[in-house]
Amino acid sequence: MSLPIFIFFLPLLSTFICFLCVLFKENRKAEILSSLLISIAAFLSILCYLKINVFVGNYNIYNWINLGNIELKLSVFYDPLTAIMFLVVNSVSALVHIFSIGYMASDPYRARFFCYLSLFTFAMLILVSADNFIQLFLGWEGVGLCSYLLVGFYFSKLSASNAALKAFLVNRVGDFGYLIAIALIFTFFQSLNFEDVFSNSASYAGKNFIFFGYDVDLLTTITMFLFLAAMGKSAQIGLHVWLPDAMEGPTPVSALIHAATMVTAGVFLVARCSPLFEMAHLTLNFITYIGLVTCLFAASVALLQDDIKKIIAYSTCSQLGYMFFACGISAYSLGIFHLVTHAFFKALLFLSAGSVIHVCHHEQNIKKMGGLCRKIPITYFFIILGSLALMGIPPFSGYFSKDLILEFAFSLHSIKGNLVYYLGCLGAAMTSIYSVRLIYLTFHGKSKLKTKEYESVKEAPLVMLVPLFLLSLGAIFSGFFFYKIVKYESFWKNSLFYKENINFVDNAHHIPFIFKLFPIITVILFSFLVLFYFSKLNTFFDFTNKSFSKLLIVIKQKWYFDILYNFLFIKKLKIFSKFLWKRVDQKIIDGLGPLGVSYCVYSASRYLKAFQNGKIFSYATFMVLGIILFFSLIFISF
Amino acid sequence: MITFPLLSTIIIVPLIGAIIAFLIKGDEANVSKNLRELAIWTSLVVLVISIIILLQFDLNSQNFQFIEKKTILSKFDISYHLGVDSVSLIFILLTTTLFPICFLYSKLSIKFRTREFVIAMLALEALTLGVFCSLDIVLFYIFFESLLIPMFLIIGIWGGKNRIFSSFKFFLYTLAGSVFFLISIIFMAYTSNTTSIPQLDNYYFDVYLQKWLWFGMFLSFAIKVPMWPFHTWLPDAHVEAPTIGSMILAGVLLKVGAFAFLRISLPILPEASIYFSSFIMTLSAIAVVYTSIVAFAQTDIKKLIAYSSVAHMGYVTAGIFSISKIGIQGSLFQMISHGIVSAGLFLSIGLLYERTKSRIMDDYNLIIKSMPIFSLFFIVLVLSSVGLPGTSGFIGELLVVIGVFKNFLILGFIISSGIILGAVYMMSLVRKIIFTGSNSSTVTELTDLNVLEILLMLFLVFFTLLLGLFPNIILNITETSVIEILKNFN
Repeated sequence: MSLPIFIFFLPLLSTFICFLCVLFKENRKAEILSSLLISIAAFLSILCYLKINVFVGNYNIYNWINLGNIELKLSVFYDPLTAIMFLVVNSVSALVHIFSIGYMASDPYRARFFCYLSLFTFAMLILVSADNFIQLFLGWEGVGLCSYLLVGFYFSKLSASNAALKAFLVNRVGDFGYLIAIALIFTFFQSLNFEDVFSNSASYAGKNFIFFGYDVDLLTTITMFLFLAAMGKSAQIGLHVWLPDAMEGPTPVSALIHAATMVTAGVFLVARCSPLFEMAHLTLNFITYIGLVTCLFAASVALLQDDIKKIIAYSTCSQLGYMFFACGISAYSLGIFHLVTHAFFKALLFLSAGSVIHVCHHEQNIKKMGGLCRKIPITYFFIILGSLALMGIPPFSGYFSKDLILEFAFSLHSIKGNLVYYLGCLGAAMTSIYSVRLIYLTFHGKSKLKTKEYESVKEAPLVMLVPLFLLSLGAIFSGFFFYKIVKYESFWKNSLFYKENINFVDNAHHIPFIFKLFPIITVILFSFLVLFYFSKLNTFFDFTNKSFSKLLIVIKQKWYFDILYNFLFIKKLKIFSKFLWKRVDQKIIDGLGPLGVSYCVYSASRYLKAFQNGKIFSYATFMVLGIILFFSLIFISF
Repeated sequence: MITFPLLSTIIIVPLIGAIIAFLIKGDEANVSKNLRELAIWTSLVVLVISIIILLQFDLNSQNFQFIEKKTILSKFDISYHLGVDSVSLIFILLTTTLFPICFLYSKLSIKFRTREFVIAMLALEALTLGVFCSLDIVLFYIFFESLLIPMFLIIGIWGGKNRIFSSFKFFLYTLAGSVFFLISIIFMAYTSNTTSIPQLDNYYFDVYLQKWLWFGMFLSFAIKVPMWPFHTWLPDAHVEAPTIGSMILAGVLLKVGAFAFLRISLPILPEASIYFSSFIMTLSAIAVVYTSIVAFAQTDIKKLIAYSSVAHMGYVTAGIFSISKIGIQGSLFQMISHGIVSAGLFLSIGLLYERTKSRIMDDYNLIIKSMPIFSLFFIVLVLSSVGLPGTSGFIGELLVVIGVFKNFLILGFIISSGIILGAVYMMSLVRKIIFTGSNSSTVTELTDLNVLEILLMLFLVFFTLLLGLFPNIILNITETSVIEILKNFN
C-alpha cells in the first residue's frame, strides 16, 4: 500500500477505534489512540509533502458508481493541491485532537467527541483527495454531517441543537447548487471525472444553452452553481448565518472545522475547478465582489461583538472573503496560500480563545473578562502571536499571504484590482481594530470577573499548551515555509489552471514601494489608535450616544440577516405548509376526490330512494310511464 | 434451463403457509406462538427460494427467465404466464427480505386475531410476488388489484382509532383506478388478440389508441404509487395501519405502481409514454416540493414519514419518465433504497410507539439520552432519507436528477430542490425528538432496544450503507433489463 492511501485510512481507523471505545465506554483509550493515529497521519503528510514528486499520482481504491458509460472511482488523487490540503488538515486535526484531551477532560462523552473529530478528518480527506465530482460531494456532505454532529455536541442545550440544524440546512442550500452543477456538467460533458471535464472545459467556453427561457452561458451557469455551494460551505454573505451560530460547539471543533479546514472547502472547490472558473469571467467577477462584500461585512460585525468566539468566527468569515477575491482575480495559488497560513493562525487563535474560556469557567463574553494577561501570560502571548499573524504584520505568516493578494491585485491596474486593493486594505484596518479590541478587553484593564473566580484562574495544562506552541510555530513560519508554492508556479503541476501565465510574486513585487507599505501602515496605525482609545480615551468618547449609533445598532444586529431569514424561511414556511396541508390536501384534493365522490353517490342515492317508497300506486305509475317511454322510443326509431 | 417451477413455488409457498395457519389448533397462547413461528419460517423459505432464483439468474440475458406458461383461455391467449427479468428480480428480493423482518418484529405488536393477521400478511406476500412475476396482463391485473383485499383488512381490523375511514378511503381510491385499468386491458386484448406482456411489447398500437390506453392505466398506477394529487389516502392509511402494515405498505406495496409503469406503460405504449412524460414529470416535481412542504407541518411522526414517502416516490416517477437509462436505473435504485429506509423508519416509529403509545413529536425529547443505540440507527436512516452521500438514498436521487436533467432542465431544477426541503422536515424531526425536548414535557426514560430489535434495525441500516457505498451491486443487475425496457424508444 502506498503512503497516501495509508494516510487516507488512518483517520478512518481512528474513527473505528473510537467507535468501539464509545461502545465499551473507554474514554481514555479513545483520546490517546485517536490523537496518536492522527498525529502519525500528520507526520506522514508532512513527509509526503516534502517528497511530493515521489508520491504524486492517482491511487484507486475501488469503483464506486457505474454511471452510464462512466466509472466513478473512490480514489486518492494525490496532486500538489491535495498534498497541501492533506498537510493542513492532518496537522491541524492532530493538534486539535491533542488539545481536546485537555479541553474535554471533564466531559463524560468524550469518546464520542473524538469519534466525530476523526470521522470529520476522514471526510475532509475524502473531499480533498477526490478525482471526480461525486467523491468530492461525498466528502463535502461528510464534513457537513460531522460539523452538524459536533456543533450539536452539547445537545441538551437548545441553542446548540438549533445551531446544528441551522448549519445543516443552510449548507443544504449550497448542496442544492452543487447538485445542479453536477447534473449540468453530466448533461453536457457526459462525465463527472475531473480529468474528462477539465480537459474539455476550453471547448465549452462561450457555449450557450436555454435555461428557464433565457439563453445563458453554460460554463458561467455551472460555475455559478458551484460557487453557490462554495458560499454555503465557506459562509459567504447571504449563506454566512450558520457560522457564528456554529460557535455553540466545543471550541476545538470551531478551531478545526469552522476555521482551519471545513469552511475553506469552498475555496478548495473553486481552486480545484479552476479550469471551469477560468472560462467564466462573469463568475470570477461575481466571486470577487462577493468576497469583498463578505470581507467587509464580516469584519464590521466583528467590531462590535462581545462573544470572544463570535468575534473570531466573523473574522474567519472575513478572511474567507480574502481567499475568495484572490480566486476571483485568478490568483488561485495566492488564495490557497492564504488558506494555509490562515489555517494555522486562526486555529491558534481559536484554541487560545478556547484555553481562555476553559480557564474562565466557560465565560465567553470579553466584556466580563479583562486583566487576564497577568494570570495566563503564555496564552496571552499566543493570542498576540495569532493576532499579529491575522493582522498581517511582518514577519508573521499572515503578512506573506494577505499582502501578496493585495499587492497582486494592485499590479493588475484594473478597476477590479484597485477595488480589491483598497477595500482589502479597509478590511485589514478593521481586522486590526477588532483584534486589538479583543486582546485589550480580554487581557488588559481591570478584571470584571468575580474576585474568587479571578483568583482561581491559572494557566491551562501542558497538553493544551503544547499544541498551541506548535500552532504558533505554524503561525510564524508557515509564511516562509510555503512561500515556494506561490513563488514557483511549477510546483502545482497542472493542478491549478490559469488562462494567462502570470507569476504572481514577480508582478506583486513590481508595484511602487509606497503601495506595498500602505496596508502595513494602515494596520499598524489603526492598531495604535484603538489601543490608545481603549487605554486613554475610553472615557471621553461614548460612541453609543452619538448620531451614528443607528449604524452601530445595524452592525450590532448583524445587518438584520438572522431576523429576516427567521421571518421568511421559518415563520412563513410554517404557515404555508399548514395551509397546504389543511386547505389543499384535506379540503380541495380530498373534497374533489374520495369525499366528493362518496358525497355525490350518497346524495344521488337519497333522491333515488324516493322511487323505492314501497307504495304500489307509485310503482304502477312508474311502470306505465316506462312503457310509454319504451314504445315512443320504438315509434321514433322507425 | 431448470424445469422446476421456481416462480410458482415462490407464490404458492406463502399461500400454503396461510392455509396451515388456518388449520392450526390448540389453546390461545400456543396458537399465537406457533403462528408466529410458522410465518417466520414460511417467509424464510420464500427468501431462500428467491436467493436460489438470484443465483440461477443469468445477468447477461435480456430475455425473461424462469418462464412458465399454461394457457387458460385460448381466445386471447390468456394464460398463467410467469417470468422474471432483473427489474422484477430485485423487487422480489426486496419483498422476500422485508417480510421475514416484519414477522420477526411482529411478536410484540399484534395482540388479537393473530391467526387472521398472519393469513392476511402471507396472502399479501404471495400476491405481491405474483405481481412481480406475472407476464400476462390479465394475471397481472388480478394480482395487482387483489392486493387491495389483504391490505384493506390489515388497515381496517388492526389499525388505530380512525381505521374505518382510512380503509374506506384506501379502498375507494384503489377501486376507482382499477376500473379504468380493466377497460384498458380489454381494449388491448381486442386490438392485439393477445394478453401476453412479451408479445404486447412487440405489438404496435396506434398512437391515438396508445394515449387512451396509457391514460386509462395511469390512474390505477398513479393511485398505487401514489402520485400527487392521488396521494391523500397514503398518510391516513399509514397512520392507522399497524407498524408491520406500514412497513410493508411503504416498503413493498408503493413500488407496485411504479413497477407497473415500468412493466406495462413504458414498453407497450412508448409513444404515449413520451407524450405524457412532461405531464408525469410535472406531477412528480409537484409531489417532491408540495409533499415536502406539507410534511413540515406534521406533528404526527408517522404522517410525516408517510408524506416523505410521497416525495420520494416523486423522484421515482420522475426517473421512470425521464425515459433515460440513468433515470430509470436511478428510480429503481431509489425504490429499493426507499423500501429499506422507509421500512426502517416505520419500524423505528413502531419501536417508539411500543414504549410510549404515542406518535406525536412533542411527546418525545432527548431520546438520545435514554436510547443511544436506537438514535444512532434512526439518524443513519434519516440521513439516507435526506440523500446524504454514502447512503443508498443519495445514489437514487443523484441518478434520477441526472437522468431528468437530460431532457427536462427546469423540472430537474425543481426536483433537485427536494434535497433542501427533505432536509428541512427530516432534520427538524431529528432535532425535535432525538436531540432536544419541547418545553412542556420532561425527559422520559425509555428502555433502549433489545437484542432482536438491534438486529432488525442493524440489518436495515447495514443495507442502506452497503448500497450507498457499493451501488454497483444493484446497478449491474438492473442494467440489461433497463436497456430492454427502453428498446422501443429510439
